Amino acid sequence: MKRTVPIIITALGGFVLIIAYFIPRTQGWGETAAIWFDVLASIAFILGGGNLLKIHLKKISDQNSGWGYSAITITAFLFTLFVGLGKIGVNPNIQYPDFAWSGSYRTIGSPFWWLYEYAFKPLTATMFAMLAFYVASAAFRAFRAKNIEAILLLGTAFIILLGRTFAGVLLTSWLPDWLVGLKLENLTVTIMKVFNTAGNRAIMIGIALGIASTSLKVLLGVDRTYLGGGED
Amino acid sequence: MKSSLLSKAVLAGLVLAATVWAQEEGPAPPTNVVATDHPWDGGTQLDVSWTLSADDAVNVATYKFYRTLTEAEMLKEEADARFKALNHAKQIVTTELFADADQQGIPHDDPELLGRIRAARKSAADEAITAVNADIVATAGETKYRFISILLAGENTLTVAKLNRAVAYGFKVVAIGKNGVESAPAVSMAAVQPIRQGFDGTRFFLSLIVFIICGAVIYYINVARSGKPLNIRKIAGLQAVYEAVGRATEMGRSILFVPGIQDINDIQTIAGMTILSRVAKTAAEYEAKLEVPTSRALVMTTARETVQAAFLSAGRPDAFNQDLIYYVTDEQFGYVAYLSGMMVREKPAACFYMGSFFAESLILAETGNSIGAIQIAGTAQPAQLPFFVAACDYTLIGEEFFAASAYLSGEPDQLGSLKGQDVGKSIVGIIMVIGVTMLTLAAIVGFDSGFGAAMLDAVDFLKSVILT
Amino acid sequence: MYEFIKNIDRRWIFLLMFVSVAIPILLQIQFPEKATDLAVTTYEAIEQLNPGDKVLLSFDFDPASEGELGPMATTFTYHCAVKGLKMYFMALWPVGPQMVDERIEKIIHRDFPDMVYGEDYVNLGFKSGNEGVIKVIVTDFRKLYTTDAYGTAFDDIPMCQDIYSVQDMDLLINVSAGYAGTKEWVQYAVTAFPDDIKMVAGCTGVQAPLLYPYIPDQLPGLLGAIKGAAEYEKLVVERYGLEDQPQYLEGIRRMGPQLVAHLLMILLIITGNVIFFIEKRREGQS
Repeated sequence: MKRTVPIIITALGGFVLIIAYFIPRTQGWGETAAIWFDVLASIAFILGGGNLLKIHLKKISDQNSGWGYSAITITAFLFTLFVGLGKIGVNPNIQYPDFAWSGSYRTIGSPFWWLYEYAFKPLTATMFAMLAFYVASAAFRAFRAKNIEAILLLGTAFIILLGRTFAGVLLTSWLPDWLVGLKLENLTVTIMKVFNTAGNRAIMIGIALGIASTSLKVLLGVDRTYLGGGED
Repeated sequence: MKSSLLSKAVLAGLVLAATVWAQEEGPAPPTNVVATDHPWDGGTQLDVSWTLSADDAVNVATYKFYRTLTEAEMLKEEADARFKALNHAKQIVTTELFADADQQGIPHDDPELLGRIRAARKSAADEAITAVNADIVATAGETKYRFISILLAGENTLTVAKLNRAVAYGFKVVAIGKNGVESAPAVSMAAVQPIRQGFDGTRFFLSLIVFIICGAVIYYINVARSGKPLNIRKIAGLQAVYEAVGRATEMGRSILFVPGIQDINDIQTIAGMTILSRVAKTAAEYEAKLEVPTSRALVMTTARETVQAAFLSAGRPDAFNQDLIYYVTDEQFGYVAYLSGMMVREKPAACFYMGSFFAESLILAETGNSIGAIQIAGTAQPAQLPFFVAACDYTLIGEEFFAASAYLSGEPDQLGSLKGQDVGKSIVGIIMVIGVTMLTLAAIVGFDSGFGAAMLDAVDFLKSVILT
Repeated sequence: MYEFIKNIDRRWIFLLMFVSVAIPILLQIQFPEKATDLAVTTYEAIEQLNPGDKVLLSFDFDPASEGELGPMATTFTYHCAVKGLKMYFMALWPVGPQMVDERIEKIIHRDFPDMVYGEDYVNLGFKSGNEGVIKVIVTDFRKLYTTDAYGTAFDDIPMCQDIYSVQDMDLLINVSAGYAGTKEWVQYAVTAFPDDIKMVAGCTGVQAPLLYPYIPDQLPGLLGAIKGAAEYEKLVVERYGLEDQPQYLEGIRRMGPQLVAHLLMILLIITGNVIFFIEKRREGQS
């Protein structure tokens, strides 16, 4: 029973979405199924929040290693939730001046805006910027001309790296007009449009068929491992 | 002499007036506007045709095409006009009074000010509504049309889309002369209602392809069930699962499993869960510690179910600790920051990245590399594959990742589905070869030749009818 | 020295990368740009619209990728505003509305103070559901958007009153950092309604190769990362004479650090390979 009901729901949802694509009468059903998932996912935020509190409060109470980070996490979570949900420091909407909570929670100058502007924004930007450092380190360590394929990849990487900047224009500006296709900036476009597109299409076709086959296995209940196995 | 001059002037004036009148005369109107249902659609389209204006060849630049407004649209337009006038009037009054209050230093929450604003908004709204209502009454009873499209001279058909199948529509066509003057309108004889058909004919070929591929998967699942042996090539990344878990056990360190950053509705996350099931079972058998931080609450719930069942099937239900499978945050880089910190602090011996990944792939894989963990990744995000290939020990590329479940379980049902997938690949290959051959032949014989043009038409049919 | 480079601590590489990015920023080194076809088609798609035409701008990115996508979002907003187009902003990412707010504040409020909220531009805000949102609004906006980002009812907003679905837009502009983003817009909006929805997009460098298969039928214009943004910026700056306004030159400015960083990457790869071959030879000799 524990396995059968989810499989029935999965199969129903999946086949409705497939049928809705071909039968005009059922087109609205697909949208409804999509909205149901949104409703479920929204409720899951509460589940996530509850689990976050449970795990970190337990860490703090057990004084596990790194419990200080848990304390910071809980404090930041509760404070952000409070100023966001409470719309602290938010001005009323001009259409509804009588209602203090009618304004946007993102009002400039409100505590929530401050948190976003001076904590969230720089922190996430920092994490993303770290990619530049990791790419450099990975390039130094992993890009080796071990065989013909690797040499081709390295050559392509050089062309793209140069062709995507002014260095490419500068290095091959001397080429005559009849060799314009070999200018690095044009070669970059050709590689992206022809070789990259061809390779990507091959990978995408494989992935698409893999997705179709996996989805079908899930819908038919052939693959139940995500539910914890085949036993009912 | 005088009268002769006068008569000449009058004559000249008449000629000039006649010329101007002739120039400003519109073309003859189109006639016989007829609407019929558009076949094989969801009841949202009508095909309209008309007989061209008699002046089409000489004095028609374009045709303007209109359809009648539905009752709901008319009411909506009226309501829109009221809303627009109402809000505009209210907003102006509110802004003015707040500006006055600012000048006088009165705070915005002053009760007296708010009372004045309320009264002023009400009277401004009443005035605006009265004016709009008067306009609506003045034009009541007229058939109202909405402009749909402009067509060139010589064109006499149009498929009108986005219609409501519960409503009958009338149409109006006006010819526009080269001098810019409109003809009299031609109105359709009868209002016509679109009809919804049972099947969307434009997607017939797609349904056929879906049927063949799905049918092949089901057929081969049945073949496998009948006991026919099916082979699958060795996938190094999946064979390494046991090695990685074993190594973590030997070193007495934990295993980290990251199921990507997408929710459970993403098929990659589900594929990740099937691999998690196998990793968890092996970890349970080896008595290794398995930690699964997730970025979605629903993934956490699913992962707990999966791991619990795996521990049960390994005969170690007591070893299952649900607190090791927990939610971190939905925020992409918050999740990455947590994982990186945790990896550096706890130094897991094996890291699995199985699911949908984006910019975090390289950060995670490089951090894992720096702590010396054995790393296995699997994703169907082509953009992230190069990063995983560069920094991980093994990477499951695209379809290998989806084949993992069948590979690891070895169940005939699942292996059969892989064989069915190959039929899909063959179909794609055949279509590609046909398309490329036709275009190449057309290029060789010349696109202008009869054969070349036929090939181009065939390719166009393949692209825009069969593959749409 | 050889041993040092061979076993180099990766923190030295991090330091090199930091210096190679910091120096061009501090010295404000800039290089000329040449617009490629994709930037030109993107520019033309907007340039060809008439004042009053409706444009849906979906800003599906976050502060993390703002460094890469912010300049093109700014230029898109300026280009639409200067053309007098009606702008409908929305986001499939939770912090997308803040990206929209920033453009409204810095571009529209500053350079187009006569534009009226609700009549010339509107911020419809974020809706959760990723491609699910696209699937719904391509046929019915009101099913998901009952209000704008500030709580005003959808039907109370003048410029929204004649909008029923994405198909009513004259152009769809998407700036995307990943999922949900350009690929989903192409798959669920443009592919489903190819005659009614026209789209151009800007995306991160990592995403760009994946979107090339959709060019030019489903995606006539695409700006790939800062390079694409700089090329598009050049076209807009030249057309509207913005050479003296630094906020519209951010993409071009960021190409300086990009060039030096790319050169460093090439240097690192070459160094790594030199070490690899030396080691290989030593192994062969021993």
